[in-house]
Amino acid sequence: MSRKLLTGNGAAAWGARLAGIDYIPAFPITPQTEIIETLEHWIGGGQIPARLVTLESEHSMITAAGAAAATGVRVFSATSSQGLLYGMEMLYAVAGWRAPFVLVNVSRGLSAPITLEPDHNDVLAARDSGFLQLHCATCQEVLDSVLIAYRLGEDLRVRLPVIVNQDGFYLSFTREPVEIPDQQAIEAFLPPYDPENMQFRASAPVSQAVAVLGGGPYSYFRYETHLASLQALAVYDEVASEFEKASGRANPAIECYRTDDAEYLFVMMGAFATKARQAVNQLREAGWRIGLVRPRLFRPFPEEKLRRALAGKKGVIVIDQNISFGRGGVLHTELASAILGKSEKPPLLVSFIGGLGGRDISAEEFYEMARVTKEAVVDGKAPEPRLLYTETELREVRKLQGIACVERQALENEL
Amino acid sequence: MYRIRFHGRGGQGMKTASRLLGAAFFLEGFAVQDAPRYGAERRGAPIFAYVRAGKSPIFERGIILHPDLVIVADDSLVPVPAAGVMAGLTDRTVLLISTTETADEWRRRLHIHSAILTLPAPREVEDRLELRYVGAECAGAAACLTGHISKKKLERAILGELEGKPQKIIHRNIEMASEGYDRMADHKGLVQEGTLPSAKAYTPPAWIEMPFEAARISSPTIHAGLTSIKVRTGLWRTMRPVIDHRHCRKCWWVCSSSCPDGAISVNEEGAPGIDYDHCKGCLTCVSVCPSHAIKAIPEHQAAAAEEES
Repeated sequence: MSRKLLTGNGAAAWGARLAGIDYIPAFPITPQTEIIETLEHWIGGGQIPARLVTLESEHSMITAAGAAAATGVRVFSATSSQGLLYGMEMLYAVAGWRAPFVLVNVSRGLSAPITLEPDHNDVLAARDSGFLQLHCATCQEVLDSVLIAYRLGEDLRVRLPVIVNQDGFYLSFTREPVEIPDQQAIEAFLPPYDPENMQFRASAPVSQAVAVLGGGPYSYFRYETHLASLQALAVYDEVASEFEKASGRANPAIECYRTDDAEYLFVMMGAFATKARQAVNQLREAGWRIGLVRPRLFRPFPEEKLRRALAGKKGVIVIDQNISFGRGGVLHTELASAILGKSEKPPLLVSFIGGLGGRDISAEEFYEMARVTKEAVVDGKAPEPRLLYTETELREVRKLQGIACVERQALENEL
Repeated sequence: MYRIRFHGRGGQGMKTASRLLGAAFFLEGFAVQDAPRYGAERRGAPIFAYVRAGKSPIFERGIILHPDLVIVADDSLVPVPAAGVMAGLTDRTVLLISTTETADEWRRRLHIHSAILTLPAPREVEDRLELRYVGAECAGAAACLTGHISKKKLERAILGELEGKPQKIIHRNIEMASEGYDRMADHKGLVQEGTLPSAKAYTPPAWIEMPFEAARISSPTIHAGLTSIKVRTGLWRTMRPVIDHRHCRKCWWVCSSSCPDGAISVNEEGAPGIDYDHCKGCLTCVSVCPSHAIKAIPEHQAAAAEEES
């Protein structure tokens, strides 16, 4: 085992290397490219005996990944943002093939307007594809999650591809201390892939992903995929516990930080959740009984675990780093449906949207969200969802609109 | 926890500087987070990088709002809005500038009260992008200013970070880092670890309700033509192409059509002219000019000459 400073991208590459991958279909996109470059460098140097092929698009890349996985080899790939969306048709298709592989997505806000910095609308667009989803908050988790993802996806009870998500810039380009496990320890945890009957031999032709007519057969296959995804809830716990034995690091399906005696909870996903952790510490110093719940596993959705974590709490501050236009925060919606009708005394959920396109969330904003939620609990009524957005930021937009001369006359008349 | 920000231009080694300092902290037993923040991802464009280092695990992320130490490797960035050099400076922030001016001069210009230190920028260097080791010098200076990093660990950090690079380059980095370290000897340990705002007493964020605005205003569309004229991208330039009309053969099509920004216009006599408000200084015209009539001069020299005349 060695401990060194690695970026999230470096950690993802190390995860793939330790997993003993055979094949990497690739296509470059910021901020993911460094993962592929690192793997290519190792392949060139003879350190890993894998094959890397650059395809002409993410659509082809996902197709190649699924096709290769269907032949029974261990496949890794990575993409981001617009790339993930460009491959979207095939994401849904290959998940239906039931061919497991690991795809690292480096979250980045979606166009339009186009940007480079992260939020989670890209990975959430793949929410219903059949891919399992693990969301990371640290560089260490990126490495660990890639390894866990192979065991999880390849498990005979599951057999689904997995997306491991990390935030662009905040993890992808940020170095943190990361423990790199020894190859031997990982080989015991993650033995070579046993594809069972999923393989391709010249002497034994198979037809993958056949067409069906009529809703009956179609429903069967689709619902089986759903059931497989639900199986992953229990399998995840097993795999994470074995990983903890091998590495000493716990990666539970939901992280519960200082939640036991908490009256209030932050709930959020991804790298910004470590900021919430910091805010929990600060708020506790100021006398608050508050904690953080962070779903690491998002598909399947660990509904029961979340329900238990939220049980008996007064107020829950849900911070969504995404937005479903015309509805609001995706995590908020999912949490609400998880507790609706299933909890005796459900806590008050207060919805905040923040961190879109990498927009920072300051310590003071965390404190203020807690204060607003406490007030709402006293009133017994959740306020309207709030976008974390300040007067200064709107002033900046006005400046940009001014520079762009957007119908200058109209602006001046109306604003 | 220490919160340190490096500002420079693409090519001056700011990402490396943050990694050298981060690795040195790490070797001294600190928890570390270091990261570059690219803007335009281009040589000469403003870039910043940051380092957090503390004795316990770090949960903070992203941009540093209130730095303990700000290091500016290129003083021409101070007035560039995109560089954000002055962002979040407090009375306890130490500002270290590589400059030909004095600390007092910067204090007067910027009207700031916190400590200002300088590293002498070489006057004889024409293009500041040639200062490829200024990052190492800044990292060395920062290491000394924290008071927690020995020269030995700094050197080990450099050897680790630059592994695989030619010996000459590694040696030069060590030399420059050491020089930066020594220059700060009188101020060793000057930079103090900052604290987080308390959750008991804090200034609440000035949140607003986002107003609804009609699509003709709120779509990200530039309706008026030629608005980019208002963005003076010429400010990015570090080297200025200057046409020597005595040697110009007026083969105008060559230079004007190869300018990626369309910043070369041609007058009625067929002579090309450069729009310096928008020339980014890529020097493509310099390289394509068949009669070698366009030369490149450092921007700061050209600006000084302009002021004199």
